[in-house]
Formats: sequence, structure tokens, C-alpha cells
Amino acid sequence: MNLSGLSHSQESNTRGGQFIHLDIPMLLGLLVLSLAGLMILYSASGEDMGMLQRQAVRLGLGFAVMVALAQVSPINLLRWTPWLFGIGLLLLIGVLLFGHTGKGAQRWLDLGFFKFQPSEMMKLVVPMMVAWYLHQKPLPCSKRQLGVALLFIAIPVILIIQQPDLGTSLLIASAGVFVLLLSGISSKHIFISIGTLSLFAPIMWFFVMHDYQRQRVLTLFNPESDPLGAGYHIIQSKIAIGSGGLYGKGWFNGTQSQLDFLPERHTDFIFAVFAEEFGFVGIIALLAIYMFIILRGLQIAAQAQDTYGRLVVGSLIFTFFIYIFVNIGMVSGLLPVVGIPLPLVSYGGTSMVTIMAGFGILMSIHTHRKLLPA
Amino acid sequence: MHNAIKDHKREARLFTVRVVLGLLCVIILLSLLVSRMAYLQLESHQHFTTLSEKNRLRLLPEPPIRGLIYDRQGRVLAENIPSYTLVITPERVGDLEETVARLATIVEISEFDIKRFEKQRKRGRRFHAIPLRFRLSDEEVARLAVDRHQLPGVDVEARLIRHYPFNELSVHALGYVGRINEHELVQLDHAQYAGTDYIGKAGIEKSYENILHGQVGYKRVETNVRGRILRTLEYVAPVPGDNIYLSLDIDMQRAAKHAMKGENGAVVALDPRNGQVLAMISTPEYDPNWFVNGINSTRYKGLSQSAEQPLFNRFLQGRYPPGSTLKPFTGLGAMELGLLDERDHTNCHGWMTLPGNDRRYRDWKKQGHGRTDMQKAIVESCDVYFYELAMKMSIDQMYDFLIQFGFNQRTGIDLGGESSGLIPSSEWKKRIKGERWYLGETLISSIGQGFNLTTPLQLAVATGSLAMGGRRMYPQLLLQIEDALSGTLLAQTIKQANQITVHNRENWDYMIDAMEKVVNSPRGTARSIHSETFTIAGKTGTAQVFGIAQGEEYDAEKIAKKLRDHALFIGFAPIDNPEIAIAVIVENGGSGGSVAAPVARAVMDVYFGKQP
Repeated sequence: MNLSGLSHSQESNTRGGQFIHLDIPMLLGLLVLSLAGLMILYSASGEDMGMLQRQAVRLGLGFAVMVALAQVSPINLLRWTPWLFGIGLLLLIGVLLFGHTGKGAQRWLDLGFFKFQPSEMMKLVVPMMVAWYLHQKPLPCSKRQLGVALLFIAIPVILIIQQPDLGTSLLIASAGVFVLLLSGISSKHIFISIGTLSLFAPIMWFFVMHDYQRQRVLTLFNPESDPLGAGYHIIQSKIAIGSGGLYGKGWFNGTQSQLDFLPERHTDFIFAVFAEEFGFVGIIALLAIYMFIILRGLQIAAQAQDTYGRLVVGSLIFTFFIYIFVNIGMVSGLLPVVGIPLPLVSYGGTSMVTIMAGFGILMSIHTHRKLLPA
Repeated sequence: MHNAIKDHKREARLFTVRVVLGLLCVIILLSLLVSRMAYLQLESHQHFTTLSEKNRLRLLPEPPIRGLIYDRQGRVLAENIPSYTLVITPERVGDLEETVARLATIVEISEFDIKRFEKQRKRGRRFHAIPLRFRLSDEEVARLAVDRHQLPGVDVEARLIRHYPFNELSVHALGYVGRINEHELVQLDHAQYAGTDYIGKAGIEKSYENILHGQVGYKRVETNVRGRILRTLEYVAPVPGDNIYLSLDIDMQRAAKHAMKGENGAVVALDPRNGQVLAMISTPEYDPNWFVNGINSTRYKGLSQSAEQPLFNRFLQGRYPPGSTLKPFTGLGAMELGLLDERDHTNCHGWMTLPGNDRRYRDWKKQGHGRTDMQKAIVESCDVYFYELAMKMSIDQMYDFLIQFGFNQRTGIDLGGESSGLIPSSEWKKRIKGERWYLGETLISSIGQGFNLTTPLQLAVATGSLAMGGRRMYPQLLLQIEDALSGTLLAQTIKQANQITVHNRENWDYMIDAMEKVVNSPRGTARSIHSETFTIAGKTGTAQVFGIAQGEEYDAEKIAKKLRDHALFIGFAPIDNPEIAIAVIVENGGSGGSVAAPVARAVMDVYFGKQP
């Protein structure tokens, strides 16, 4: 293994924030986003203090996980990657065999003291695994290596689709694919992959996707066809967004959300509440915060000193964007309804902790760099 | 084969290019999101605002209180009384059938109640309260109160329902309200009738529906997704319907009904000076309260299939041969046309024949009236005199004169469904029967038989015009409207009355004088109703229902009641300054003088303040 790029990383300098291995601009961006999320959650939950507190505790936990992971040296991360991947696969198989069923899908593994969702862990481990595999190979990689890398992606994705969890498998697949794309695979391979994927689409449609998932896709194109069933979410959410207008109806004044017309308004559809109450102006501000985090993240990726760090950080950031794009796209009726939360804003713990863990890894990679002479 | 040696610089450059490309994609996708937001929030903002308002705002109708109906002295004929109604909101009930079954053990619920409930439930929304049982007794309300907490979606509502305190008295004039049916629903102004349960179905209740109904109010409320009302944003109070004063006098109504002594028939009394209807009765009557919440089928069958035909409005739709009550009009017509005068007379020996025909045209008095002039022909109701008159007066002359009094046409009273009666003419017969007119038919027409048909209302109106020296009249029941909010009374103008052309006023006075003698002379056919306190002029009539074959005798005792003659009377009082004109018909009553005239007298007695 070539670890030369990381060999001096423990000798961290004392530049701002780096003594606790945190990136201050990124931390600020995440904090502002979390506060905005808490603010809109307070309104979306109908001023439910309990819900707000639970979310604050989760955020606290998320930040703690981030700080903790930031302290872990990338060398160790790199070493643990294949082991983590192996454990993850075993857990996924465990879920399928002994998993806890909730809302018609098996996602949880009941470990007695707490319920664990292995698919969440895989959101981070799969891109790490692909990066681990590629970072020792000369890039761009060969066709055979590409095939191996794709296997690392496909196996967990197929296991997760079985649960079934379309949203998570989509995120994991894209996280893995982003590593491949960033690694510089040739455009020829990209086109071949796209071609293969489009061949897979009908197979997915007819053999893998469940009825309710197909229904969601169909409903997207014509929500009015089923205004009380699957189309109801999209119709109500579009009404919420559209009626917000330029400046919004004001905090706590969104009628669509406050009067319960908007379903899942504090979880997957919280963006619609934000759009209704803060309007187009609020949306631009929110997107600006997200954009700041993404730009800073890509800058960190570009500054990473080895292939593993670059690929992992780059993939995490683009996946972060996928969260945002898919969630907003689905809430505004551009994409089918898949259960993907709006990062750090939607109410709910598991995915938030995963995202924060990702940022922890990002900070670890950024702050354990060996300072090069200017 | 790839070069096995890693080129870090090249890899970093490759990565940077890919990141920049990825960033480009991010920016493109982000722009897509922003433009989607702009489309939803800026471009289509208005559209979605409307949808959002439609989601949260609901208009709840507040039905107006229906106007009251009074008689001319301010006594309430139709009112709204609170009544406890058992209602069910389907949305809040788990098992509807079980709930209804459960309720049936607490209060009495008939098959009919359930049927009506089901019918309304299918039409209504799930969150609307639908009535199951009306008019709960106090005891039933108490029993329900005990078990109510176990019956979600079941409520007892105090609603106003229409009530007619005099029950059946005057029902044919007053009419009634009933639940709005599907047919009416189609024609109604939906906004105005949102929340209204009742609509006028007949009589005055129907004619003045738009005055009585009032204007609907509304509550604009904000509701959540389950339709629960969170707050009221706007309230517009309903405007109650205006009250109506009728020209009817309930005392006269009662007197008329009482005087009918349970016989079938009709009485119409009106003020000939202005056409105000003072009394208007069709017997037998029925209770309008039965119809208010939907009449059950047994009762309805009882009413609609009864041989007495209580649902039939006799004063408005009954077409009766006027018989001898038409004589003053045909007689006056002949005099006004100069065909004969008071000096002309005939010798009545009980019948006459036309030249070249054996058929005997009989007088009601077998032995005849002897020497008879116009006055005697009216007073004693000689038929032969009028047969002679008919030899001089053509059917078309008769027709032209009679229709001036309003015969053969609707009077235009403010009630629906009026019949126009029939006065024949030669043209009419040709058109309808395709035959020419025969002289014999003129003879019969002159004494109000044959094709002639009049409604009791037409007879009263014509009598009034005769009494007023030829002033035509348009009868009306509406006296005044009372604005529900301000209480100001709005007197109703009566349509301008036309004058019938009078050739010689003396002819009219002569005819009125003859009618006075009908009541006041010892030989008059209505001498039994002679009054010392006020002067009455009148004319009796006995209309044949059943043709008597040539050579047969009419014997009231021998023929079935159904085939007996109708008894009629028309009259007015006082003679010099007529205030009341009246027409009475007693179906199959026999003699006009002894049966119908006393009814008129009883009504007049009340009018002139002498209680019987």
C-alpha cells in the first residue's frame, strides 16, 4: 500500500481550527443550515417544542459524530475500509434474514439496545471502498478494474433494493459512481455504463421495482390522475410552494402546512413548508447555504493530497448535492416521490448522523494534510 | 496495458477537471431547481394561491328564517317553531347501520324516516348533518341525552320548522312548504337555497316563495384538512324573509267552513271595491303540517285516493256549470244589447219547444211560472223566460258579453294552477268539436247549463263586477308585505281595474234590484237568508250534474248523492255600497236557495260583525 501521502498527517499544524481537526468555514455553513432547519421544523411541527428538542439532540449527536470522526486519521480510515465494507455486507444480509419490518420495508436490525440501519453506514462505506480499491491503481483504471469497482457498488445496492429502499440504494449507487467518475474513467466507459444502465431501466421497472414505486413514477407525470392517493402529496406540495410566492406567507403562517393539507410536512416535504412560509427569496437563501457547503467541500476535495482523500471527499459532496436535488425535485414535482430527506433540515435522525459522519471524514482528510512548503 | 506506475500530478489534474465538470453539472441542475421554483412561486403564484385558499376556506351557508304569513287582522297563519331533530353526521359515525339500529331502540324510527335519511345521505356530503327523525318529544330528547356520549356523530339539533297553527283551515289558499326535491333543486338558485330545507310547494307559500324565503347569509371559515372549523373569518348574517299579510279573514274562513256542514264545495268572498279576497275555502281540507317534513305514503295515499278529493282545489280549479247564477249576466246582456226590456214578458207553462222539434226544454218548476218578466224570471229563476231570451240573443252575443266579466279566462289571482273555465261560442264549437252551433244549445247556455263551466272564484269576481256597476276586478290574496328588518308595511297595489262598457246604467240597477228581490221578496229563491241588518242581493243556482231523460222526473231522493245537482249561490252586500261579493258552491247539495245561500249569509254575518 502506498501511504506516503499520509505518513506525516499526524503532525497537524495549529492553523485556525485544525488543532481540533475542524474546518471552520464548513462548520459555520453546517451550523447555519442546521439553525435554519430547526427554525422551519418548529413551524412545520406546529410549534411542537418536544419535536424541536429531539431534533436538536440529534443534531448535537450528529455534530459530535462529526467531531469524533474528524479526529480519526485518514490512514486508519483507509485501513479499516475493506473491513467496514465486509461487515456492512454481512449486516445487510442479516437485515434481509432477521430484519425488523417497519412501514412495509425491512431496514432495521434490532441489536437489542438500539435499532441499527446498516444501509445508512453503507452510504459512506461504499464510496470509501471504491476509493480504497482505486487509490492504489494507476488512474484512469483499466476495464477489468472498473468491472471490479462496479461490483463493489452493485452488491450492496442490490441487497438494499431487496429491503426495499429505493432512495437509499439510489444514493449509494450514485456515491459509488461519483468515485468512478472523479477517478477519471474515460468518457468511452462512461457512455458504455450509461448505455448499460438504460438497458437496466426496463428490467428494474418490470422485475425489481415494487408496485408502489412504479405508481410513484407514474403519478409524477400525472398527479391529477390520483388526487386522493399517490398524487395527493405532489399536488398539495406544489400548492404549498406556489402559494408562497416571492416573499412567502411568513413564519408560522403557511396554511398548507399549518392546517395539515401538506403530508409528511416535517420530514420529506419540509422544503415545501420552507417555500410556503419564506417564498422564493427564502429558497434562494437556503440554496445559497447549500451551495456554499458544496463549493467549500469541492475546494477541500481539490486540496486533498492523495487519491483516496480526493475521491472520498468529492463523492461525499456530490452525493450531498444529490440529496438536495432529489428532495427538492420530488417536492416540487420534477422527480418521483422517493424517500430522500432534505439534508440537515428534515426531521429524523439516521440519515442526519450519516451525513454528519461524512462531513467528519471530510474534515479529517482536510485537517490531517501534511503542510507543504509554499 | 496501463502503465503500472502512478502519476500523481496527472491524477490530480484529471481529478480537478472532473470536479469542475461535476460542478458544472451541479450548477445546471441547481438552475433547473431555481427555475422550477420561479415557475411555481412567481409565474403560477396566483393559480396556486387560489388552490391554497380553496383548500382552507369554506363557505357555510346560514339559511334565512322564512317570513310569516298573517291574515288581515294579524293572526298568524304560518309560523316557524323550534323543533328537535335527530341528526347524524355520516363522517363521524363508524358503523352507520348499527348506529341507526341503536337509535331505534331509544326513539321511535319508522321505515319512512330511514328511507328519507338514506335519500338525503346519498345527496349530501359526508360531513353534513343529515336529519333522521323530526319532532322529537321532550322525553325523547332526554332519553337521547343519556346515551349520546356513546354515539359519536349523533346530535340533537333545534331547527325551525314551518307550522300552520290553524291546521287544515285555509290550506288551499295558504298552501304549504315541503322539503326541496331533486326536481326543484335543478331549477333553484343554488346559492340562495344552500342550507335551506324547505320551499313553498303550493298556494301562497309557493306564489310568494321569493318574498318569504329571504336572503341566505354565510360564514367564511377556515378549516383544516379534515374539515374541522378552526375559526370564522367573515360572517354575513342572513336576511330573514319578509312577512306577508293576506286579505283573508280567518274568522270568515272558519264561518264558511262551518257553514259548509261537512259538504264538499267551495266558498269565495271578496271585496268588490279592490279585489281583496276575504274568504276562500275548498272543502274538504287537509292538514298542511303533514307535508312539512315529507308526508308518509299511507297518509298521502289516503288523501290522494279519497273519493272526497281533499287535495283538489275547488275554488281555483273546480269547473262547475254555473246554472241559474249565470242568469243575471245573460239577462243583463240581452237588456244592454237592446234585445228586450223590462216590459217584455213571456207566459211560462213549464216548458217550451223549438219550431220543428219535439224536444221539450223544461223549466225547473213543472207547472210553470205563468206571466213572467225579467224581474220575476230572476227572482223565481224562471228558465222558460231565458229560453225565449235565447231566441233573440245569439250564442256569440252571449259569449262577448260574458267574457267581459272575466269568464272563460283566468282571473290572475296570486295562486298557481288556476283553471280558466269555459264559455262556449260558435267559433269554439267549430274549432273543438268541428260542428256548427245549434239553437237548442243557446237555450241551455242562457241558463248556465250545457258547455258552460266556471270556477267559484270566477263567479265571485263576476258578481263583484256586477255589484260595482261594471267595474272589473283582479282578485288578490296578498294584502301587504312587512319588511322583516325595518317592520315597515308595504301595501300591495291592486292591478288597475277596467270598466265594462255600460250602455244604460238603468239596466244594471234593474238587474241588481231583481237580485235584491231574490233575497228579500216572499217569492225569492233565497228568501231564507233575508237580513234585517244589511241588504243582500243574490241569485241561486242549481246545476245539473246528471242529464234527465225526456219524460222523466228529477227526484233527489231516488238518485245517488254523487249525481245530485250542485247547489250554487252568488250574492253581494250591502246593495248600495257593496263591500263583499260571494260565490258558494255545495257539490251535490241540491237546492241553491236552501243549501248554498245560508253559507253566504254565515260568511256575511261575520263580515258585518254579527257572530252567528
